[in-house]
Amino acid sequence: MYEHDVIVVGAGGAGLRAAIAANEAGADVAMVSKLHPVRSHTGAAEGGINAALQEGDDWELHAYDTMKGSDYLGDAPAVETLAQDAPEETINLEHWGMPFSREDDGRVSQRPFGGLSYPRTTYAGAETGHHLLHTMYEQVVKRGIQVYDEWYVMDLATTDESDPNDRECHGVVAYDVQSGNIEGFKANQGVVLATGGPGQAFDHTTNAVSCTGDGHAMAYRAGAPIEDMEFIQFHPTSLPSTGVLISEGVRGEGGILYNNEGERFMFEHGYANNSGELASRDVVARAELTEVNEGRGVEDEYVHLDMRHLGEERIMDRLENILHLAEDFEGVDGLVEPMPVKPGQHYAMGGIEVDENGQTCVNGLYAAGECACVSVHGGNRLGGNALPELIVFGKRAGRHAAGEDLGDPEIRTGYGDDVEDETETELPVAPGEAGLDTSGGVAADGGVTADAEGILERTVETARERVDRLMDKDDGVQHAEIRAKLQKAMTDYVNVFRTEEGVKKALEIIRECRQEYQDVYVDDPSKTFNTDLQQTIETRNLIDVAETIALGALVRNEFRGAHWRQENQIRDDENWLKHTLISWDEGEPSIFYRPVILEGENKTYEPKERSY
Amino acid sequence: MSTQQAEPESQEAPEDPEMKGAESPAAEEQKGGGMVDKHAEKRAELEGETVHIKVFRYDPEIEGKQEPRFDDFHVPFEKGMTVLDAVMYARDEYDSSLTFRHSCRQAVCGSDAFFVNGKQRLGCKTQISELEQPVRIEPLPHQEVVKDLVVDMDHFYDQMHTVEPYFQDEDTPDTDALEEQRQSPENREKIKMSSRCIWCGACMSSCNIAAGDNEYLGPAAINKAYKFAMDDREGEEIKEHRLRILEQEHGVWRCQTQFSCTEVCPKDIPLTEHIQELKREAVKKNLKFW
Ligand SMILES: Cc1cc2nc3c(=O)[nH]c(=O)nc-3n(C[C@H](O)[C@H](O)[C@H](O)COP(=O)(O)OP(=O)(O)OC[C@H]3O[C@@H](n4cnc5c(N)ncnc54)[C@H](O)[C@@H]3O)c2cc1C
Ligand code: SF4
Ligand code: FES
Repeated sequence: MYEHDVIVVGAGGAGLRAAIAANEAGADVAMVSKLHPVRSHTGAAEGGINAALQEGDDWELHAYDTMKGSDYLGDAPAVETLAQDAPEETINLEHWGMPFSREDDGRVSQRPFGGLSYPRTTYAGAETGHHLLHTMYEQVVKRGIQVYDEWYVMDLATTDESDPNDRECHGVVAYDVQSGNIEGFKANQGVVLATGGPGQAFDHTTNAVSCTGDGHAMAYRAGAPIEDMEFIQFHPTSLPSTGVLISEGVRGEGGILYNNEGERFMFEHGYANNSGELASRDVVARAELTEVNEGRGVEDEYVHLDMRHLGEERIMDRLENILHLAEDFEGVDGLVEPMPVKPGQHYAMGGIEVDENGQTCVNGLYAAGECACVSVHGGNRLGGNALPELIVFGKRAGRHAAGEDLGDPEIRTGYGDDVEDETETELPVAPGEAGLDTSGGVAADGGVTADAEGILERTVETARERVDRLMDKDDGVQHAEIRAKLQKAMTDYVNVFRTEEGVKKALEIIRECRQEYQDVYVDDPSKTFNTDLQQTIETRNLIDVAETIALGALVRNEFRGAHWRQENQIRDDENWLKHTLISWDEGEPSIFYRPVILEGENKTYEPKERSY
Repeated sequence: MSTQQAEPESQEAPEDPEMKGAESPAAEEQKGGGMVDKHAEKRAELEGETVHIKVFRYDPEIEGKQEPRFDDFHVPFEKGMTVLDAVMYARDEYDSSLTFRHSCRQAVCGSDAFFVNGKQRLGCKTQISELEQPVRIEPLPHQEVVKDLVVDMDHFYDQMHTVEPYFQDEDTPDTDALEEQRQSPENREKIKMSSRCIWCGACMSSCNIAAGDNEYLGPAAINKAYKFAMDDREGEEIKEHRLRILEQEHGVWRCQTQFSCTEVCPKDIPLTEHIQELKREAVKKNLKFW
């Protein structure tokens, strides 16, 4: 058994920042990550970090833009904390040597971005995430923080009081990918989950293969509610074969979208008569899919993004990177042919419910980064707002876990007297309808009231038994089959367009996957670097996460931010200024709602009419 | 953990009939102007066909896999298919024990550097239509093989850590006052290429010197040090300290400018040039000459 004060799970932007903060607060902190830190998905971010740094800009403007962008589903205390702390945190990165792009006077550059009233996106070329990740990893090396890399965290060691608010998290169970050994990691003060997004729930995503929602699923099974999962951002221009992102910059420079009839459909079919290709992400994504659905897509799948008319010189000057991406990942030369693009899953606005200090309702359990939902993005994330979230809330979670007093949070977590119960709401389908088997290493289930060490030992035992079971079984279904089925169902039915019928169909398939998973087995008998085993465990997590996305999408019968519902295409503030919360309750998901906090420090953010 | 050497010569499994008539590794493709049209033609040719890949297999634990061998897979070709797509298909459809690292699929995580047709390349960044068939996919040479295409990266990480890869400032301005360290756009431009490294290890694997001298810092670590040493935000004193690290017996002077690192780097970092520049800096500073 390993023992530390604070255990950080995941070593992307949020995890690294949390570990550094905990270390600075005096804690003995260790990071446990299934990938070496520099392989984390934060490295893929291109655009930049929003922070009000210049004169003429201020945090209140940033907060206002973010609340508006969130379609009034962001919680003001979190949004304001983000806007207030982002400048200092961004400058801090500069002090750590991050190579930001520079102005002639030597100051960091900032550029305009969608939905921002001021050019406040701070960037390092088109590789901001790469530099952010490496700069923070360097600081981890400098501080000598212990990193267990290529250790896969399977579960949390949590007590099992019936009310999750009374539970306590004492550590994690992980297995060493290289040797197959399963060990307990005891956290004397706290566990911070920073495991990134769940993009692999969809078969077409800009996210890395490692983005399997492990943190979401572990927290969920330990009793922490999962919040607003129906809000999934789809980016309109990703390459069809891989999902690799083609930056919004192409359209910004004048790139044009065409259907298979050569029509400039954004105008010709009236999707956005004013801004055309430059309409907001969700509008363009919906337009593209409408074209495909109405038979005007290329090869019934995608549309064309053409930049040839910009001329070689301009392309090489401003979009060189795009040429490489199209060539390397799609085999297409953007100078001589249009690039194929279609919408791809890009970001999860929702996640593990936390307060401003990163804490969940389970004592000692924290979450930060894309896996968490402190609710800064609400229904729709503005470009450039995820990276500041990592550093601002990663730091707060690290400090709080290390025992620093950050003051009382305004955001509440867990089931409490401020929530609206599911019994008051009519649900189109019972949340726990089909076979939800709870076996298979659910730490929170079953008589654990021993001391911390006992709990950890028992969780390790359960994990070992689970792995033995998977390895000993000789035939059955392979995870790849279930995963593919799940991803297809999500893409077919819980995509940009959603109907009640479709989402129900998705839920049915998800539950079929859950059934089939009972029969899953691992074919590779080796203990050494068994990716078959790892992906099998990840697939179970994806099933849990996909179910929360689909359930959220089913119950929220309105159109807000990225969540479009055919039956109700207006934003329904009267009924829906509230967060969807799903918690794992004795083996079944249960749903409740918590009102949005629109009152900020100095003002209340009044919801305004959306206009395109 | 295994100590199997991934030297390409020693991997040939002679009893594998498929291997006997195997052609020598494909000629290395030159990136450049004429490439695109040739690919379009090749792609068209491949449409509806399968691609033949030969993948190196080894597992220290499993009897029957302890002896390294190549497995043949025939994967249906799809437009845009990369080497990584092909091995993923082979794993998901034919043999779930086929093991390799990968994550981002977009050339930023640096985890899928393989030895493909005799050259270090990122699997995700290499179009299958660019390659001669059968496509031979092996682990990075000169690194210990853990299993199949997975190599032990510890030595690579250790070398990276040896150069003190973190910013060391002398007097950082006040963070509360939001004051930055100023850096000219020119100086930022100077370190730009060196800052693109994704730690894939391709350069180290291609370097003959590193293969013969385990203590040689190697191109990636030296490039990492270059990034800091050339950054004007660090002061003169620390720059000298950095040059001393690079000047040691197994540092920059070991490089014999063979350019193999520069040739394979998927991020086009001019590694050899950076190493030469550091040698010149060291001479200027009158540091010890080995
Ligand atoms: C292509 C792309 C471009 C983007 N561009 C921008 C941008 O310009 N600006 C912006 O603000 N945002 C951008 N975003 C969003 C932003 O980059 C991500 O939301 C953010 O980087 C997520 O960081 P993270 O630290 O939460 O997770 P990640 O960086 O994904 O890290 C997750 C970590 O958790 C570890 N992990 C996961 N599961 C386990 C487990 N079971 N056991 C152990 N370890 C585990 C992984 O190894 C990894 O270290 C972009 C996203 C994408 C996909
Ligand atoms: S310098 Fe290039 S080849 Fe070497 S590790 Fe970095 S990216 Fe890879
Ligand atoms: S998979 Fe990340 S570099 Fe290839």
